[in-house]
Amino acid sequence: MDTNLFTIALLLPLVGFLINCFFGKSLGKTMVGILSTSTVGIAFALIVTQFLAVINDASPTKDVWFDWIQILNYSIDFGFYYDQLSILWLLFVTGIGTLIHLYSTSYMHEDKDFHKFFAYLNLFVFFMMVLVTGSNLLMMFIGWEGVGLCSYLLIGFWYQNQDYNDAAKKAFIMNRIGDLGFLIGIFSLLHIFGTIDFTDIRSLLEYENLGTSIGILSIATLGLFIGATGKSAQLPLFTWLPDAMAGPTPVSALIHAATMVTAGIFLITRMNFIFDLTPNVQYLIAVVGAITSIVAASIALVQNDIKKVLAFSTVSQLGLMFMALGLGAYEVAVFHVITHAFFKACLFLGSGSVIHAIGGEQDMRHMGGLKNTMKTTYITFLISSLAISGIPPLSGFFSKDEILLTAFHHNPVLWIIGSVASILTAFYMFRLVFLTFFNNFRGTKEQEDHLHESPASMTLPLVILALLATIGGLISIPGSSWLNKYLAPVIVNNAQSQTHTLGTTEYILMGIAVIGALIGIGVAFVKYIKNKHVPVNDNNIPGLQKLLVEKYYIDDIYQFLIVQPINFLGSFFKRNIETLIGGLISGMGLLAGEVSYQAKKSQNGNIGLYLFVFVIGVCAIMYYLFIAN
Amino acid sequence: MEHVLQIIGIDHYIYLSLLLFCIGVFGILYRRNAIVMFMSIEIMLNAANLLLVAFSNYHEDANGQVFVFFTMAVAAAEVAIGLAILVAIYRNIGTIDIDNLKNLKG
Amino acid sequence: MIEIIFYILSAITLGSAFMTVISKNPIHSALWLVVSFFSIAGHYALFNSQFLAMVHIIVYSGAIMILMLFTIMLMNLNISQEISKPFVTKIVAVVCFCLIGLALVTSLVQNAPVIEAYTSTGKDFQSIQVLGKILLNEFVVPFEMAAVLLLMAMIGAVLISKKDKTTA
Repeated sequence: MDTNLFTIALLLPLVGFLINCFFGKSLGKTMVGILSTSTVGIAFALIVTQFLAVINDASPTKDVWFDWIQILNYSIDFGFYYDQLSILWLLFVTGIGTLIHLYSTSYMHEDKDFHKFFAYLNLFVFFMMVLVTGSNLLMMFIGWEGVGLCSYLLIGFWYQNQDYNDAAKKAFIMNRIGDLGFLIGIFSLLHIFGTIDFTDIRSLLEYENLGTSIGILSIATLGLFIGATGKSAQLPLFTWLPDAMAGPTPVSALIHAATMVTAGIFLITRMNFIFDLTPNVQYLIAVVGAITSIVAASIALVQNDIKKVLAFSTVSQLGLMFMALGLGAYEVAVFHVITHAFFKACLFLGSGSVIHAIGGEQDMRHMGGLKNTMKTTYITFLISSLAISGIPPLSGFFSKDEILLTAFHHNPVLWIIGSVASILTAFYMFRLVFLTFFNNFRGTKEQEDHLHESPASMTLPLVILALLATIGGLISIPGSSWLNKYLAPVIVNNAQSQTHTLGTTEYILMGIAVIGALIGIGVAFVKYIKNKHVPVNDNNIPGLQKLLVEKYYIDDIYQFLIVQPINFLGSFFKRNIETLIGGLISGMGLLAGEVSYQAKKSQNGNIGLYLFVFVIGVCAIMYYLFIAN
Repeated sequence: MEHVLQIIGIDHYIYLSLLLFCIGVFGILYRRNAIVMFMSIEIMLNAANLLLVAFSNYHEDANGQVFVFFTMAVAAAEVAIGLAILVAIYRNIGTIDIDNLKNLKG
Repeated sequence: MIEIIFYILSAITLGSAFMTVISKNPIHSALWLVVSFFSIAGHYALFNSQFLAMVHIIVYSGAIMILMLFTIMLMNLNISQEISKPFVTKIVAVVCFCLIGLALVTSLVQNAPVIEAYTSTGKDFQSIQVLGKILLNEFVVPFEMAAVLLLMAMIGAVLISKKDKTTA
C-alpha cells in the first residue's frame, strides 16, 4: 500500500479547509462548492485504489511521521495506521462525505456564509480521517476532539439564533464529559501496557502473558466506553443529539448519522482485544445499548419534528450497534454501521429536500401529500424507510437480523428488547412517511404553490444512497460473509462471527422479525392513512404520551441536577469570592494609602522636632557602634 | 615647667569637652530663638576643637591643630551665611521664632 | 598652680556656656558666649599653642560674635519678644542632654582607650613656624580651598541679605 497516497488523501480536505478559510469569500460560491467537493471526492478515489490493494491481500502499514512524546519510558509517536478497518471507515466517510458536499452546494446556496460552511465540512472530514487512521489512542483522540469541535461549529452555524448556540454548547459539553472517561481509559492503558499504540498493545497481549488484573483493565475499558457513550449518544449522554438538529440538514446527515456518531463504535472495534478481556464491561455495554435503543424508539413515537424523529431513530440504531458490540460481535456492529450510514444519510437528505421544498417548515403536522410533487424524494425515502424497518432483501434487514440473532444466542431478554425496538422503529418510520408524503397537504396555500422537486445536485445523492441501501446487504450474507472475512485480521476473537449457520431457529427468528416489522407498518397504515389521524396540538396530550413527548423528562432532570447547581455555584462565586478577592486587592491599595497618610504626620515642619530626632539618632548610632558590640 | 598634660592628664580634658558638647545640645533643644540656637552650635564646635587640640598635644602631632584651623574657617563661613539667611527670614516673617518656620510641613 | 588655673578656666567655660543657653536676653547670651570663648583661648594658651589661641580670639570673639551682636541689634531683639517654649519641650531638652551625655561617657568607658601617661619629647610641633610650614606644604590644597570657601561665604551673604529693589 502506498502511504503517500494516504497522506495526500488525508491532507486534501485540510487544504480545502484552508483555502475556504482564507480565500473563500473572494472565490465565489460556485468555485467554493466545486473545490470542496472535489477535495473530498479525490480523497475518496485515492482511498478506493488502496481499498482494492488491501482486498488483494496487502498487509496493513503503519506510517510514522515523527516521534512525538517521550516521557520517562513512554514513547508515543505521531503516525497513522492503515489497515482493513480504517480503510473501510475511510471509504464510507469520504464517499458519503462527497455526496453530502454535492448536496450542500444546492441546499446552502442562499446562505451568505457559504464558504464558511464548506470550510467547516472539509475540516470535519479531515478530523474524521485522522480519527480513524491514527496509529495510537492519542492520535485518535486528536481526531475525536477535532470532530467534536467541528460538530460544535456546524450545529451553531446559524449563530444568530441563541437556541442553536445553546444546542451546540450542549453537544460539545456532553462530548467533553465523555472525553473525561476516554482520557482515563487512555491513561489506564498507558499505565498497564506502557504504550497506547494499537499494534503494540495487540502484540503484547498475544505474545506475552502480562497477568494484568481484570480490575484495572475494567477501569480502562469502562473509561473508553464512557467516551464512546458521549460521542455516540448513548444513555445517559444522548440528549445532545436531538438538539443537534438545530444545524443545517447536511450537517445532521453527515455528522450525526453517518460519521461522527460512529466514532464510538470504531473505538470499541479497534480495541476489541481489550474489551474481550473484560466481560463485565461488555455486559454493561450490551445492556446500555439495549436500553438506549428502546428508550429512544419510544420517544420517537410521538415526535412531530421530522428531524427529531430521525435523530431519535439514530440513537436507537446506535443502541442496537452497541448491543452487538457488548455481545462480542464486532463485525455485526460494523455491518450495521455501514448499512445504517447509507439509509440514515438518505433519510436525512430526503428530509432536507422536503424541508427545502416547503421553505423551512419542519413540523410533520403541516406536511402531507408530497408524494405526487416530489417523486424522487418520495421513492428514495420509502426505500430507506423499508431498509431501516428491516424488510428483506434490503440491507437493513440483513444487518439488524444479525444483531438480533447474536442477541438471541446470548441473552433472550436482550433479544426481546431489540425486537421491540425494531418493531417500534418500523412503526414510527412509516408514521413519518405517511404523515409527510400521503393524504393531503396540511400547510399554507403559498407553501403549496411553492412545492417543487429538488434540483439534480440534491436528488443525485439521494438516488445513490438509496441504491446502496438496497444492495448494501450483500457484503455480509449469513453463511458466507465477505465482511467477516475482510475484518478477520482486525478482530482477535472471531468466535462470534462464525456461529450463524442457518438453522431452523434462525429462520424462525428472521420470520418473527419480518412479521413484526410488517405489523408495525400495518398499524401505522391503519392509523394514519385509513383513519387519517393527525397528531394533536401540544397542549392537550394524555398522560403516558406526555411522558414520551417530554423525552422522559431527562433533559429536565439534567437541568435540575447538574446545570442549576453549577449555575448557582458560579453566581455564588461571583458574588462572594470575587468580591472578597477584589476587596482584598483594592484593600491593599487602601492600606498603603492609609499608612502613608499616617506617616505623613511626622513631617510637621517643626524644626524642634527634627532636631530632637537628630539627637536621638546620634545617640542610637553611638550606642550601636561603641557600646553594643 | 612640666606640661599641663603631665599634671592633669588627658581624661579631664575629655570630660570637659564632653560636658561642653552636652550643654550645646541642651541649648539647641531648649531655646526657640534662632540666634541663640546658632550660639549653641558654636559652643558644640568649640567643644570639638578643644578636644582636638588636647589630643594634638598628647600625640605631639600638628595635624590636630591644622584641623582646628580649618574648622574655625568653616565655622566662620557658616555663621556668615546663616545670619544672612536669618536676616532674610526676619524681613519676610517679622520674627525669628523657629516655630513659625513650618512651610516644610508635609 | 597650673591645676588651679585649669580648674578656674574650666569653671568659667562651663558656667558661661550654661549662662549663654539660659539667658532670656539674646544680648546677654552673646556676651556670655564671648566670655566662654576667651576662656577656651586660655585653655589653648595653657597648651602652649599660642598661635591657635590668638587666632581663636580674633576669629571667634572678634569676628563671629561681633557679627551675631550686629544681627541681634539689627532685629531689635530684647527680652520682651522672647516666648518661652512649652514645658514638655524643656523636659525633653533636659532628657536629651542627659541622654547624649550618657551615650558619650558610656562609649568612652566601654571602649576604655589605653591612655598612657604623657611623655614629653620636647619636640617643637606647634610653634608658628612649624604650623606655617605644615600649612603650606602638606595642607596647601585645603588651605586654598578654605580661602575659596570664605570668598563664597562672603558673596553669598551679600546676595542673600540684599533688599529687593522692587519692594521698597
